Amino acid sequence: MIEFHSVTKRFPDGTVAVDGFSLVLPSRKTTVLVGTSGSGKTTLLRMINRMVDPTSGSIEIDGADIGTLEPVKLRRGIGYVMQNSGLLPHRKVIDNVATVPMLSGIPKKRARTEALQLLDTVGLDRSLANRYPSQLSGGQQQRVGVARGLAVNPNILLMDEPFGAVDPIVRAELQQELLRLQRELGKTVVFVTHDIDEAFLLGDQVVILRTGGLIAQVGSPAEILANPADDFVATFVGADRGKRVLHLESHSDGDVLVDADGRLAGVLAGGTSPSAAAGAKAAPEEKAAPEVKAGPFAGSGAPAQGGDPR
Amino acid sequence: MTWIWSNLDLIWDRTLDHVVLSVPPIILSFLLAVPLGWLAYRFRVGRGIILSGVGLLYAVPSLPLFIVLPFIVGTTVRSPLNLIIALTLYGVALMVRVVADGLASVDRNVRQSAMAVGFSEWTQFWRVEFPLAGPVLLAGLRVVAVSTVSLATVGAVIGAQSLGSLFTDGFQRGIQAEIIAGIIATVVLALALDGALVLLGRLLMPWTRSAPSAARAPMRSDKEAVA
Ligand SMILES: Nc1ncnc2c1ncn2[C@@H]1O[C@H](COP(=O)(O)OP(=O)(O)O)[C@@H](O)[C@H]1O
Ligand SMILES: [Mg+2]
Repeated sequence: MIEFHSVTKRFPDGTVAVDGFSLVLPSRKTTVLVGTSGSGKTTLLRMINRMVDPTSGSIEIDGADIGTLEPVKLRRGIGYVMQNSGLLPHRKVIDNVATVPMLSGIPKKRARTEALQLLDTVGLDRSLANRYPSQLSGGQQQRVGVARGLAVNPNILLMDEPFGAVDPIVRAELQQELLRLQRELGKTVVFVTHDIDEAFLLGDQVVILRTGGLIAQVGSPAEILANPADDFVATFVGADRGKRVLHLESHSDGDVLVDADGRLAGVLAGGTSPSAAAGAKAAPEEKAAPEVKAGPFAGSGAPAQGGDPR
Repeated sequence: MTWIWSNLDLIWDRTLDHVVLSVPPIILSFLLAVPLGWLAYRFRVGRGIILSGVGLLYAVPSLPLFIVLPFIVGTTVRSPLNLIIALTLYGVALMVRVVADGLASVDRNVRQSAMAVGFSEWTQFWRVEFPLAGPVLLAGLRVVAVSTVSLATVGAVIGAQSLGSLFTDGFQRGIQAEIIAGIIATVVLALALDGALVLLGRLLMPWTRSAPSAARAPMRSDKEAVA
């Protein structure tokens, strides 16, 4: 469990990135911090592993104030995955994954064996182990990033827009992969994104942020969609524009779901009875929409298995 | 040209002298420039002081330096050590800025992710920043190597034997072939050292070969489009 107690971060230049932030992030659940660029998401995330120290307030992990812990040691026990993978360009894939355990004193041979197993875990072919990061596709690099994040078998995994730089098809696949991993591993995941669809897909708890690290609303995806706290949240989740209200249209080619703007949103799973269409109006179930939107590619995922290695 | 054939031994000896005078300064200036360059990179205040300091150093004319040095370091005027020290100073002057720039050129993302996964500052320097600055350091070191080999010829004027002795001797005795031999041998030595450095770079930085920039470029633009 991670607890923020009225945490404020003021940078030396006077920017207040986070202001009086209090939140409990439950263990073994995924908490998603979502907000526009500059809303303090990265700062919040980095305060958990002390890359940034709060100006005031405190953060506790399982009841221990992290301000009293040695930063380097703390970081070695927490997985971190970032947008541009942040892999070391001069180390091979296998070494990138094995490096962190080795820093903590695990023998090289064991670290490498475990790193190979981790490549399996994140769905990467072992034949990529001896490549350099630049020889992988963006999606493959992110998988290596996740493997590296898991390498120390941490309880906590911090992810800063990890899928923000890959194309939509690969992103959808990586999201599903993370959901699968999370079902298997049950980490305390803190996930940062600016994409509300991604937040609703991955989050058990979603935190919508305003500029200055102010909480606009906290809740499950269903709670937020059903009862947006205010206009800001409603606009952010797209509820105000009826973006998430779908209706059924019959075409000669078949029945399709269309959103309020007239955009094709997808098709109904298993039949097109009117009652099913009505069900689609209930907001939370629309969570599946981002995948369905992928249209002809949805579910196949074949080209996304890393794309062409270059 | 017959002079060259009948004096190959002499040319070879002067070449060895030249190597002994120029290789230590190349290595020493690198070793000294790394900590100084790190200070300049790491601390804002240090940067101004160190970089202008070494800039001035480079502006000191070489002949007066050779005359003043013995008084400062307590060597005799004709000792080859003077030359080695002077060449080291010039090498440091060139190299410190290169080290500072090289360290600063390391991708911020990579540095932050190294910090995030738990590298200590010391480990991060040696395992991340220093190797990744490698290509820039190598480029700088190649300039230092060539300029040191060329500057070392000046040693002849203060009596330190080197390939420069072939010019001075050739001038005094009017042997044109000897002058030409000196020039050619100096250029060949410079090229040989340069080649050795390039080879060393390939050995120590295998990732620079297997990472064609073309493969990275499209992914960079992906990232920037999103960021
Ligand atoms: N090291 C820093 N120094 C000064 N200001 C910073 C620093 N890091 C972030 N900020 C500022 O703090 C605010 C929040 O930044 P950040 O946490 O990166 O937001 P997000 O990740 O949500 O985009 C922004 O206004 C940003 O400019
Ligand atoms: Mg950010």
